Amino acid sequence: MFSGLADKLQHTLKQLRGKGKLSEKDVDAAMREIRLALLEADVNFKVVKDFIAAIRERAVGHEVMESLTPGQQVVKIVNEELTRLMGEKPSGLSAAKKGPQVLMLAGLQGSGKTTTAAKLAALMQRSGKKPLLVAADIYRPGAVRQLEVLSEKIGAAFYSNPEDKPEQICRIGIARAENENFDPVILDTAGRLHIDQQMMDELVAIKKAAAPAEVLLVVDAMTGQDAVNAATVFNETVGISGIILTKLDGDTRGGAALSVRAVTGCPIKYIGVGEKTEQLEPFYPDRMASRILGMGDLLSLIEKAGAAVDQNKARELEQKLLKQKFTLDDFKDQLVQLRSIGSLEDILGMLPEGAGIPKEMRQVSLNEGNLKSIEAIIGSMTKKEKVDPSIINSSRRRRIAIGSGTSVQEVNRLLNQFGQMQKMFKQMGSTEQTGQFKKLKKKMKKGFPF
Amino acid sequence: MNKIDRFRSSLVRSRSGFLDRLNHLIRGGELDFDFYEQLEEILISGDVGVETTLKLVHELKEEAIAQKVTNRESFRSLMIQKISALLAAPPGPAVPTEPPLFILLVGVNGSGKTTSAAKLAGFYKDLGKKVIMVAGDTFRAAATEQLEIWSVRAGVELIRQHSGSDSSALFFDAINAAKARGIDVVIGDTAGRLHNKYNLMEELNKIYRVIGRNLPGAPHQVILVVDATTGQNAVAQARSFNQALPLSGLILTKLDGTARGGIVLAIKDLLDLPVLYIGTGEQLEDFAPFDAETFTAALFE
Repeated sequence: MFSGLADKLQHTLKQLRGKGKLSEKDVDAAMREIRLALLEADVNFKVVKDFIAAIRERAVGHEVMESLTPGQQVVKIVNEELTRLMGEKPSGLSAAKKGPQVLMLAGLQGSGKTTTAAKLAALMQRSGKKPLLVAADIYRPGAVRQLEVLSEKIGAAFYSNPEDKPEQICRIGIARAENENFDPVILDTAGRLHIDQQMMDELVAIKKAAAPAEVLLVVDAMTGQDAVNAATVFNETVGISGIILTKLDGDTRGGAALSVRAVTGCPIKYIGVGEKTEQLEPFYPDRMASRILGMGDLLSLIEKAGAAVDQNKARELEQKLLKQKFTLDDFKDQLVQLRSIGSLEDILGMLPEGAGIPKEMRQVSLNEGNLKSIEAIIGSMTKKEKVDPSIINSSRRRRIAIGSGTSVQEVNRLLNQFGQMQKMFKQMGSTEQTGQFKKLKKKMKKGFPF
Repeated sequence: MNKIDRFRSSLVRSRSGFLDRLNHLIRGGELDFDFYEQLEEILISGDVGVETTLKLVHELKEEAIAQKVTNRESFRSLMIQKISALLAAPPGPAVPTEPPLFILLVGVNGSGKTTSAAKLAGFYKDLGKKVIMVAGDTFRAAATEQLEIWSVRAGVELIRQHSGSDSSALFFDAINAAKARGIDVVIGDTAGRLHNKYNLMEELNKIYRVIGRNLPGAPHQVILVVDATTGQNAVAQARSFNQALPLSGLILTKLDGTARGGIVLAIKDLLDLPVLYIGTGEQLEDFAPFDAETFTAALFE
């Protein structure tokens, strides 16, 4: 998530970090890099201009010049401004003034409204609520049926009547929720172009009929420069209260997040991170900002790890790590456990860059198809080999490759990967740690898997 | 708040975007530094991307000097010429010596594959071909129902299976059906997938191989469906899909919005993948073969 932008900024700011003091020329160079990176990340060019102006103003001021570590100061400023632009604190959903809480979804075609509606319902169910899903998209073939199937899947109530007008469907749905005690009511509307006056009028009519507590604009995270146009018109014509950003499990740099937030002034409330109905998460502006800066989203990772990992096992592992007795068997266990947290890609995306995880390892691990062969390779080793891989010479490698049905190259790759991981743990144990890592280690004691 | 307000009002002015700004820019006087810088900004704001924009503007500048173009009006024709040359597709995509022609549509979620499948089916039907569609998206809820409604509208038969079944097997059966019935064109829809999902891309490759095994040389065309509102990520999409299975080109959808789809310049420039068709609305007939000159002219009209 956002990893491309992180790479770029990290690179520029690394150069800044090496210097004692910043000249105006240094700042210019950094700003140019940041500008290009943001443009390549699809942040709207006007938003970029404002952003750069704000950073430059602070960067060339005495705040940085008098600082002993100007590079770090710039990182801090960029981080703060990014966080500010994306909305400081996480933002929850507004409650209803009376009756059930009505959540209305709107957006362009294909942004992910229907999937998001089901995810939102599933999220509400997890917090003990009884949502009603209402399908008001009577235009797209199969849209009503799609939401119906999804509601069956998650066991939520569903209402629609494709014979009625969308605002009528919503009105009846809400009335039904009042009678049958459903709360919240989630309205899925048809995808529409912001320049389609008739369809925009329809949204206004739905809003009037439904009096929603929230009007949530669903935005595809891969959207380019045009994101600002659509968001502005939806906000001006219909009036939105929040944003849901979808498809963030892709590798998009997600600049649309910054753009949409900047032009509407509305908070991003949730992010969609997968095709499964439970893959909707709250949006944390500060986490996203550190992620953009390559500091990694440690908090999210730690939370997930905490939820998925057996605490005792984690403590045991922590001890092993500190004593540098981490074996290939543990490595295998870890891979299995990691998968219960999320995809390896998600996990590595959340770790800070430059946190001692070599690029090669990131790349190797990204390939989830390797996981099975990794298990097979480790399974084909003797006990002795698993404890001390250094004894694995070329004839042992050949035997392991044959035994696991893989190739010597694959065995080598795994051994390298393991070696790098061990090296990383060594670094974690050493005194040369960044603040982020100390924090991570502290959290680890409470049950972080490695 | 101030900043947001200021930004909003500037947006209102530029809502019609790309087009107006380019015309405004070109109506001015001489080609100066300011002109090129503004041109860069306009191209970037049309999602052309930083790399391709810088390259394009640099080359245009050189050519303007070489051809002694000094005013903006004549620069305009130079630019149209240059961009349409860049976008021009090689002569028609692959067609087999004997039918059926198998076309597979792929793309990320929500790009418009299913709608495009129906439009493409309608397109070939209008050419007098016997067409079937294959509801290969067995994952997304009601995707098959969606295509079924479209197949009725297009008057084209649909090969389908129940949701959750193996789409490779479905394609295998569809080819047998096509051969038995003397079908000219088979159009396969697939489930939307993000290009960085290893397993899903592997699955796509499997579909590709299964099709080729049952019908040698097929799929004859693999078309990536790209939403015109997509930003720079479309390049990554094209690159990854092209690695999983060889792409013939793109369908650029949702061009009826305000997005100009400038990303196709970058995709053509960086990966040499041409746009084959464009989608411009929700009706079956809102669809046309891509024409580089018309498309480019529309950018500047």
